[in-house]
Amino acid sequence: MLTSAFYFLAFVTIFFAVMVITAKNPIHSVLYLVLTFFGISANYIFILDAPFVGIVNIIVYAGAIMVLFLYVVMMLNLNADIEPKKSNLFKVGGAIAAGMLLLIIVASVKQANLQIVNNKMMTQTPIGSIKVLGTVLYTDYILPFEVASILFLIAMVGAVILGRRDRAELSVGSQPLNPKTTSNSKLQTPN
Amino acid sequence: MSQIFQTVPLNHFIYLCSILFVIGVIGVLTRRNAIIIFMSVELMLNSVNLLLVTFSAYRHDPSGQIFVFFVMAVAAAEVAVGLAIITMIYRNIHSVDINELSRMKD
Repeated sequence: MLTSAFYFLAFVTIFFAVMVITAKNPIHSVLYLVLTFFGISANYIFILDAPFVGIVNIIVYAGAIMVLFLYVVMMLNLNADIEPKKSNLFKVGGAIAAGMLLLIIVASVKQANLQIVNNKMMTQTPIGSIKVLGTVLYTDYILPFEVASILFLIAMVGAVILGRRDRAELSVGSQPLNPKTTSNSKLQTPN
Repeated sequence: MSQIFQTVPLNHFIYLCSILFVIGVIGVLTRRNAIIIFMSVELMLNSVNLLLVTFSAYRHDPSGQIFVFFVMAVAAAEVAVGLAIITMIYRNIHSVDINELSRMKD
């Protein structure tokens, strides 16, 4: 039962992931990526017995990050018509290069001795619960946790500074208006 | 819940994660829209997350899931800064085509 569920989820996840990179419309890409993340979260929750990571994955990735992507796609007004196209040569070359990477990974996994990883003799207490994860996070990994907060502060300041318009640009007027004024002056000079 | 370890071999999880990662690589190599390239990078990060949780479950060690939280934190920070950069580029050259960026040399 769980085995067939795993293969079904794997198939669905790979299908949606392929749709992400083949969809013409960027908004469709974003929505397919949300579905891919739901597939991965279902893997966490139902197969791998890690419900907290799965729920956090849904909240952070499908909830926050993908909404940010969707917002930017809609703000920039991207659609299938203005989607830049790459030549078929690039597509074939990229697919061949990535296929070789997959070949190397699969070959090396086949060589590896994975039996030592699989020690299910240990205690059967669930490790994916909030209690266990919180205990580990706030004892063994307290320093990386604090460093992550500094990282977020830096990222927030960086995003605000990058997203802000320049002060000089604001005082002169917004940049997109300049071509219109130049075209106006070009129209007026012949007169 | 833990019978899954007897039924699904670890190899198949590794193959699933490898395929997802390679799909992300193909997306980075073949698309020209900067936002879709970013989304492919997110896909690669998620495949690595799935691999970390898989090894955590098979090893019965919660440290792997803690690592996933840190990967998510770094990814969130990266997306915030990256999308700000893309928005700024769009404001300057009115395109998200990465080939347009090579003209910034001139």
